[in-house]
Amino acid sequence: MAELPAVTRDPIDAGRLLAAVASPACGGTALFLGTVRAGPDDGPVIRIEYEAYVEMLEAEFLRIAAEATARWAEARVAVQHRVGPIPLGEPSIAVAVAAPHRAEAFAACRFAVDEAKRRLPVWKREVLADGTTQWRDNAGGRTPSRPSEPSGA
Amino acid sequence: MPTESLHVRCRFFARYAELLGTEELALTLPGRSLVRDAVRRVRQELPHGERMPERPLVAVNREHALADRPLADGDELAFLPPLAGG
Repeated sequence: MAELPAVTRDPIDAGRLLAAVASPACGGTALFLGTVRAGPDDGPVIRIEYEAYVEMLEAEFLRIAAEATARWAEARVAVQHRVGPIPLGEPSIAVAVAAPHRAEAFAACRFAVDEAKRRLPVWKREVLADGTTQWRDNAGGRTPSRPSEPSGA
Repeated sequence: MPTESLHVRCRFFARYAELLGTEELALTLPGRSLVRDAVRRVRQELPHGERMPERPLVAVNREHALADRPLADGDELAFLPPLAGG
């Protein structure tokens, strides 16, 4: 299941994750895609920029995948997180799990997604229609941000 | 060599990098320092450092860590704002 980077700046291709976990021994495959969204209370969000501690994001997401494999020994797990600007409606995170039976596939997939939410060093900067930006955390908190600029600024 | 000093590379991300106006700080600490000692120094010495939480989420060498973790020479200590992955 190599060659699938855990972190990418490109659009997530769910087909690549499914191909990575496919096996004749597996009768069930669960795929989770987390997509960029703006809820009714979120204001005019036009896109979200995902910043990350990339080296740790990669290591931590692979640790989570390894933990899932340790717990569901027959599961085959592929994970990917996208960083950088992501338009509304496109996936920011993907987890695919194939297993002999659906119960393990669902359970391992849910485990990996829940752990990812809790542990991955990723931050969301929402860009609003008027050009202002704000940090958004998973608890729903918001903090004003400076507009993104090239690193080094 | 507990009496020797430690060199730790501090990294700041997202909101903390904006708050502090920097993404990195090289910190020299006495031997046997803990994560919490480094956090205290950063909060005292960097402009606006006191606006970071007293116990921020941190990672040492790319793994989540607790405040009482001992630091070693060459460690990378990352200050992580509330997470928003997924």
